[in-house]
Amino acid sequence: MESRLNARSEVLGAIRSALGVSQDGERIAAEYAALPRGYKREATLTREEMLQLFVHRLEEYGAGVSRIASDGIRDEIAGRVEARGCGRLVIPYDLPTGWLPAGFDFVPYGGGGEASPMLSAAELDRMDGVLTGCTVAVAETGSIVLQSGPWQGSRALTLVPDYHLCVVFAEQVVETVPESFARLEATQSLPTTFFSGPSATADIEMTRIKGVHGPRFLDVLLVE
Amino acid sequence: MNPIAPSHWSNRDFPVAARELLEDSQTRSNVRHATNVIQAKRDAVAGELPDWQQLREAGEAIRAHSLAHLDYYLEQFEQACTRAGGQVHWARDAAEANQIILGLIQRYHVDEVLKIKTMTSEEVGLNRHLEANGIRAHETDLAELIIQMGGDKPSHFVVPALHKNRMQVREIFQREMHLPELGERPEDLAAAARGYLREKFLRLKVAVSGANFLIAENGAVCIVESEGNGRMCLTLPDVLISLVGIEKVLPRFQDLEVFLQTLPRSATGERMNPYNSIWTGVRQGDGPQEFHVVLLDNRRSPILGDAESRQTLQCIRCAACLNACPVYHQTGGHAYESVYAGPIGAILTPQLHSMEEGRTLPYASSLCGACYEVCPVKINIPEVLIHLRGKIVEEDQKTLSGQLGLWNVGMQAAALLFASASRLSLAQHLGRVAQKLFVARSGMIEHLPLMLSGWTQTRDLRPLPEQSFREWWAGRTPPGDVAKRELAGVDQAAGRGGLHGE
Repeated sequence: MESRLNARSEVLGAIRSALGVSQDGERIAAEYAALPRGYKREATLTREEMLQLFVHRLEEYGAGVSRIASDGIRDEIAGRVEARGCGRLVIPYDLPTGWLPAGFDFVPYGGGGEASPMLSAAELDRMDGVLTGCTVAVAETGSIVLQSGPWQGSRALTLVPDYHLCVVFAEQVVETVPESFARLEATQSLPTTFFSGPSATADIEMTRIKGVHGPRFLDVLLVE
Repeated sequence: MNPIAPSHWSNRDFPVAARELLEDSQTRSNVRHATNVIQAKRDAVAGELPDWQQLREAGEAIRAHSLAHLDYYLEQFEQACTRAGGQVHWARDAAEANQIILGLIQRYHVDEVLKIKTMTSEEVGLNRHLEANGIRAHETDLAELIIQMGGDKPSHFVVPALHKNRMQVREIFQREMHLPELGERPEDLAAAARGYLREKFLRLKVAVSGANFLIAENGAVCIVESEGNGRMCLTLPDVLISLVGIEKVLPRFQDLEVFLQTLPRSATGERMNPYNSIWTGVRQGDGPQEFHVVLLDNRRSPILGDAESRQTLQCIRCAACLNACPVYHQTGGHAYESVYAGPIGAILTPQLHSMEEGRTLPYASSLCGACYEVCPVKINIPEVLIHLRGKIVEEDQKTLSGQLGLWNVGMQAAALLFASASRLSLAQHLGRVAQKLFVARSGMIEHLPLMLSGWTQTRDLRPLPEQSFREWWAGRTPPGDVAKRELAGVDQAAGRGGLHGE
């Protein structure tokens, strides 16, 4: 224990002696506030252009995308799940029941109690897919951000099953990465996952191939 | 001889190692293909952002600011991470980091752990240390798995197996995973890795990772990846241990808005990599319930004290400088004999060894500046290379053998020569006489003796001309006369033009 304390003070001491004087928090904050931020932080596209860009980016990654009206969510979910041949999907316990079409087995997760037990990773691995909402999405990069917030569940839920069906509302989509960070600022300490298309690798001869360890299949419903 | 640090594989000089690799035409063609592909993709997605230069400037400023107040931000990170349920450890050097991590793993009585690709763990030689203590570390990144199964070393820190092509990967997987029927398409190879690792992700209880960024204000850790192996390791095990260099801290969560644009575009040429994970400490019911961060110094802190080379620590490990470097293109990463290859490795490796190892690396560059141009945090690598070359020479001059060495004597002589016009002119005369011995039938000098032979090893040298520029200058027509003649010419032309107009 003593050696550990020594390590801490020695490392910090070495840093301080290399840097010279260390400054107080106020001075550092003022210096930080003055850092140059000349990059683009606001949208430049019209709403429709932005949504089209988002759809285009997702399709480039190999995701399936449907643009639908809010009263069409349940039917589109039925169509997508059917087409993927999935019978049993895990859902966050708080997902709106109005979204869920009949004829499929939706397994709630994470609410506690008998109705919605925590599933082990092995149990999640036996699911055909997962259906969730999201926190925010970025058009410019085709990214969707999940936090452990409403309709999203914990991180394992959207990782282990091989198919992810994600519902994104048009008002959740922003154009740029900085805009997404502005929206995430208040909930920054929640576990946060950006995902951009299905899992992929380019480790062999730099060829991007879909599907390694994360979900290999992704569909997105963009709801207006 | 000193024991070799794990991050530097041997004391072989760069030219010696490079020569060997230049003879391996298969590796060279694999490296050339891969770096050409990434570079073209990188240029396209960096070029499409109109604010790319502003992003680089912001990235540089944020990283430089973080380093200038590193003590402050590390303490802030430690406090916030601890408050969120994480445990922070400090390691002065590689041995201490290995000891801490081994101790943590042994608490859980496991003999296998998962690993996410981390160059920092390569730097400290963690896998070997664990193995010596009966713990098997399973690499889960596809490229690291290829390296581990092939008993190989990483040659690039974003795509460590870039020097292997699909046929070579197939051979390794067929043998190590016992899959004699395995196909050669990249899809087949990725599917084999998925099948092989799935069971381990679901079963193993402890994972070890690195990190791309630490966030001081909230104690968060950020990992950027593609395959989802990272998410598996960060999410499913009960215990997560992250080994992170002290330089990786950023002040605020919002700063990621810069680096999550520049890092993926620079590293793999994608607008965004498939997965970025950001988490803070421990969250009940979501992810590992025990989380440790090991902050590693390992001779980073002295680099902060050198105003000119401190910028080395701004690096976010995108490897764009490797892909852009004409030297790396030819040799691949193994010639650097170091975990950190390429231009950034050429400045980082010797500094991480207090300039005692990797002393030929700052010379492994043509100083063309391509690395600086692509760097997303604007590290002026050529400037640091020259600075380090200067340090090496200065240190050499402190020893008697360095002072009397051919290089030093030659350079001192050259300095004397160039300092005086008459001495230079005399030397040129003598050179013209002496070179007659060496000019070949081709009219070029093909071989020079002694220390000069390095120059003619790979190229021919044009002989000194009959007349030097200074001699020509002294014997030319005075400039006033030329100007008068030209003006007369202009008048004549103008006069003719006028006639035509009439």
